[in-house]
Amino acid sequence: MAKLKDLAAMEDRLVAGHGMCLGCGIPLIFRIVLRATEDPLIIANATGCLEVCTTIFPRTSWNVSWIHSAFENAAATIAGVESMYKALKNKGRIPKDKKIKFLGVGGDGGTYDIGLQALSGAMERGHDIVYVCYDNNAYANTGGQRSSATPLGASATTSPEGIKSPGKLQRKKDLTKILVAHNIPYVAQASPNRWQDLYKKAQKAFETEGPAFLNILCLCPTEWKCDESQGIRLAQTAVDTCVWPLYEVENGKYKINYLPKEKKPVLEWIKPQGRFRHLFKEENAWVLEKYQKQVDEDWEELNKLAKL
Amino acid sequence: MSTLKTLNGNQSIAEAVRQIDPDVVAAYPITPSTAIVETIAKFKADGLITSEFVCPESEHSAMSVCIGASSAGGRVMTATGSQGLALMWEMLYIAAGLRLPIVAAIANRALSAPINIHGDHSDTMGARDSGWIQIYSENCQEAYDNFIQAFRIGEDLKVRTPVFVGLDGFIISHSLEVIQVEDDAKVKKFVGEYKPVYPLLDTSRKMTVGPIDFTDYYFEHKRNQIEGIENAPPVIEAVGKEFGQKFGREYGFFEEYRMDDAELCIVVMSSAAGTCKDAIDELRSDGKRIGLLKPRVFRPFPHEKIAEALKKMKAVAVFDRSSSPGAFGAPLFTEVRSALYDHKERPHIVNYVYGLGGRDIKVEHFKEVALKLEKIAETGKVEEIYGYINLRE
Repeated sequence: MAKLKDLAAMEDRLVAGHGMCLGCGIPLIFRIVLRATEDPLIIANATGCLEVCTTIFPRTSWNVSWIHSAFENAAATIAGVESMYKALKNKGRIPKDKKIKFLGVGGDGGTYDIGLQALSGAMERGHDIVYVCYDNNAYANTGGQRSSATPLGASATTSPEGIKSPGKLQRKKDLTKILVAHNIPYVAQASPNRWQDLYKKAQKAFETEGPAFLNILCLCPTEWKCDESQGIRLAQTAVDTCVWPLYEVENGKYKINYLPKEKKPVLEWIKPQGRFRHLFKEENAWVLEKYQKQVDEDWEELNKLAKL
Repeated sequence: MSTLKTLNGNQSIAEAVRQIDPDVVAAYPITPSTAIVETIAKFKADGLITSEFVCPESEHSAMSVCIGASSAGGRVMTATGSQGLALMWEMLYIAAGLRLPIVAAIANRALSAPINIHGDHSDTMGARDSGWIQIYSENCQEAYDNFIQAFRIGEDLKVRTPVFVGLDGFIISHSLEVIQVEDDAKVKKFVGEYKPVYPLLDTSRKMTVGPIDFTDYYFEHKRNQIEGIENAPPVIEAVGKEFGQKFGREYGFFEEYRMDDAELCIVVMSSAAGTCKDAIDELRSDGKRIGLLKPRVFRPFPHEKIAEALKKMKAVAVFDRSSSPGAFGAPLFTEVRSALYDHKERPHIVNYVYGLGGRDIKVEHFKEVALKLEKIAETGKVEEIYGYINLRE
């Protein structure tokens, strides 16, 4: 098991000075993920909070090779870098024993939505890359518009609550399942509150030969409208309510990595977040019920899959 | 050994790819460029190239793979046309902005709607401000020759700009022609070793590529980028001359055909220039003093040289195989006309849009326009600055 003391002693690959919000989950996640390999690393970053906040020219927070080209194509961009690595190795212009890891990174906007096609393509082609999605449930970089990762009932600027609407009318897309359907060697869901689990999954992803995908729940106090100091507790609630179950699928085999001692009601996840505040109006009670039912059904299905 | 081979335009490009053996090829098949990608795939399957061959799920991803691969530090090419190029549009600007010398063969094809698979220049003309160098080919031989030169031009350290090599969809991409295929080793030597600039794969340097610029730097970076393509003309000239010395076919910015004592001139690019040459020959044998100017390089636009070549004409007709709805004339016309503005002495100049969606252009059409030019030269009057050829109105 990794010791926090040892991890803390490692050189940071994402250094201080970036402009991410107070309480943001992104730097937290990536300071763990980027410690999970000691090999040289090249990152392709989709347009989004992480990209914008870390690379305002002429400054950079990246102590590692990094490229941004556009919003919807981090997977294709890193696939290109990896293809050149393979080509130059084959042609003898890179030493045979030189190891480099390749990481594509995007938020839920760049991954669940606009970048889904490029991600699917790169995964299907079998590039030796890791793709990490930091899922903060919204287009946070542009001020909190809905994404397909925004939960049912959440108020976002393009799915606002109002007298005629209880917020987002659709349930969250299950991207992890879509990635599992690509039959790639490693797919996992993680959350920064279980940092050991996250670290181990990132290690596994980097060690995987071929494509690996991590979907990580990312706190966003700005768009979730919650207390900046409560983010990690909220992530804990997300896994305890099974809104965000922690599991992995290794070569097709499901494994649940965290079983809550007592499965908490979804209400505990909803209550501290301002984006759900309107759900407590009488007329929106059905949304709460529907949300709970969906979480229960998904959890049941996941448990069945893990027992197979 | 230099040999004669019967190849169509797509096969001619693929043949050059085999000889150059770029590091990464990433391309999505689209009519009429599909055979370029298929032929490269077969070369790879047969072990004739060592390139990494990537089949992305779209043209947008194809160009994104090219951008990642080129930033990583190696030679990269792709092929596309029409909707494929349109889907790449966002990434074209990024390839140019990141100064990546990617080479793209474009089998020029009309843009939808209505959907049409045939040849015109709407695709590359639509991307004329994307920052790419644009070279157009009259036939299969030129497509082959231009494609080989494109790497030298784009990769020049003062240029570092991506390059389109256009060949007319179907008219050239699918037409067989006997072409001179040069010796493998000589082509390889001509193109030379790729010299990476700030390669991502040199992980000791920890580069941040593609950061965000605000109002304080964006303008300067764009100016730097523009300087790259502005540095291209002497390189295009030198590479075209060297190609001539090595292989016997010299290239410049444009070709002048029977222009020596011409008073009238037709300006037309790509495959239609071949048809126009026949028309010029017939008109010349009728005693008309008419010539052809066939632009080869559209970006950077050789405005001084073209103005110099045209300023003494009495009347000029510019033929465009694309339209610019609502503009004062189609793309080639506006460039040529603007180039002549500073010359006190300048010809009357008219524009004809022709061949959209692959509509035929024949010798008789050029002759029809020659008559109009003659009349303009005689009377000094232009009745119609902008019109269409071979169109049912």
